[in-house]
Amino acid sequence: MIGPGLLRGLKITLINFFRFPATIQYPNRRVWLPELSRYNSLTPLKLFLETPKSAILSLFGMAEIPMKIPQSPRFRGNEFAWFEDRCTGCASCAKYCPLGIIEIVTSPGSTDIQEGENYSIDVFDIDIGRCMFCGLCVEACPYDALHMGTSFERSTTVRNKLVINKDNLNNSDKKPSSWYRPQFEEREFNPFDSEIEDHYEAGRHEKPEKRTMKDRWVDRNN
Amino acid sequence: MPSTQPVTVNLGPQHPSTHGVFRMRVTFDGEEIVDVEPVFGYLHRGSEKLAEERTYTQVLTLTDRMDYVSSMLNNQSYILAVEKLANVEPSPRGVWLRMIASELQRIASHLVATGFLIQDLGALGTPLIYSMRQREYILDLFEMLCGARITNSYLRPGGVYMDAPEEFWPALDKVLLDVPHAFDELEELLSANEIIKSRTIGVSILSPESMVNASITGPMLRAGGVDWDLRHRNPYDFYDQINFHRPLHNSSDNFARFWVRIQEARESVKIIRQCIDKIEPGPVRPSFDEVPRLLRPPPGDVYSAIEGSKGELGFYLVSDGGIAPYRCHVRASSLINLTLLREMLIGELFNDLFVSFGSIDLNMGEVDR
Ligand code: SF4
Ligand code: SF4
Repeated sequence: MIGPGLLRGLKITLINFFRFPATIQYPNRRVWLPELSRYNSLTPLKLFLETPKSAILSLFGMAEIPMKIPQSPRFRGNEFAWFEDRCTGCASCAKYCPLGIIEIVTSPGSTDIQEGENYSIDVFDIDIGRCMFCGLCVEACPYDALHMGTSFERSTTVRNKLVINKDNLNNSDKKPSSWYRPQFEEREFNPFDSEIEDHYEAGRHEKPEKRTMKDRWVDRNN
Repeated sequence: MPSTQPVTVNLGPQHPSTHGVFRMRVTFDGEEIVDVEPVFGYLHRGSEKLAEERTYTQVLTLTDRMDYVSSMLNNQSYILAVEKLANVEPSPRGVWLRMIASELQRIASHLVATGFLIQDLGALGTPLIYSMRQREYILDLFEMLCGARITNSYLRPGGVYMDAPEEFWPALDKVLLDVPHAFDELEELLSANEIIKSRTIGVSILSPESMVNASITGPMLRAGGVDWDLRHRNPYDFYDQINFHRPLHNSSDNFARFWVRIQEARESVKIIRQCIDKIEPGPVRPSFDEVPRLLRPPPGDVYSAIEGSKGELGFYLVSDGGIAPYRCHVRASSLINLTLLREMLIGELFNDLFVSFGSIDLNMGEVDR
């Protein structure tokens, strides 16, 4: 039973002992002083004056800074990015969802000069407690109004809070993933540093000029 | 010589070594196993029934969850069945991409199987972590492709949902360079170590005849020297344009099963390299005019199988012309490979029980569905 093979096995474990770790510290990473001062963009001296506790800890490599996990822009996370101004209330997403967890209630809304009659959305609930983040709803949305999000830290202790409603969706960070949204990839949009502010930017089309908009649409009320 | 008395022990369902929720009623005579009765169904989620009320694209999300260690292969098998049922002509680039994805998944699945063998032999943690680390890089590639690591849902009828991003190709090259080293390491740990050799060689031997009779497929069958690989016998996708070697072993014991898995994963690397050479720019799926989102295949039934990581993985779909399959049946390779468990284990010693069980490389999500 005992033989040279055991030593060969030990050699492999020894080589691996000196490798860089493949794991990442999450959510916080422990750093030394130079990295801490780079993270806070303060000189070490100022660091000692302003945050003495973490500066002293950093002398022993124990100061903590938040860790960013390398993610792909197509990551399907659980914060949906939804643009109310783009959504027509067509409920394609609700029909396409395998679990039927999107609830949409609409009522006839206003008549807009540019867009004609529209529906106002009264309820837009997604029960992400049951969602499996398959992204089929995003695939179904013809108006690019619903996007998968890229964050994943939405744990709560109350189940009801997992139902995200219209207000949550409107107020959440708009960091859509590029799952089924090739326009983000073409534009090299990175959801991890930037947000989409304007709903026009989320679409597949160029934003038309004001003049062309005026030419194209006639005011039906006059 | 003291006389012994058979003792029946209940193992599982919540046992850390049973690779999922699996229960065995084992009768021991001393250290020797005299009877095994597998009990399963604890992870039954009714996927086949659920498929009957979902559209063809929505069923794809259920197949991810069947064999959760190789969901790309499940997707591929299901999509091939749907394409056959609906007469969809796939786009070449999509087919190459899904071949790359499914071969990557095969490597990942074999890494898990090999890592767990060493874990089952009692080397707690370390070698398993080596293979899991390598698998993690492959899962990172899946995250680039489709945004998910385990539950991919990457394939669509006619190809894949979206082309690979640009950063995927250099990352793939890097992984392909790394994977053979990882397997060198694992093989060195596995085939050089005297303890592992003495505990796996000659244990749980199955005869090729009994395996063929029990319709066992996959690496288990090829470890018995039967050259049966659907990628070669019944080529699907573009496997007929690919040259690859089918590793065989003759001894059909636990060691052979893992040796075959490691060699097969090395072949997968070569297959991916050939795919990269042959892939050409173009659409990754037919347009929605040709293949609509809501497929309505003509009435009929179809069976199509692929060589999964664990054996022949087939989907039997019946259509009544509607938007959902009338019946969906999965030929789960894990379940059928389990049928010879009793023959494998009788006469073996207690400490080989979990090693032999792990050498089937079953996945309870696929057994119970
Ligand atoms: S991601 Fe999937 S499960 Fe979740 S709401 Fe969208 S379609 Fe439904
Ligand atoms: S999110 Fe998209 S699919 Fe859903 S109702 Fe709004 S426009 Fe329609």
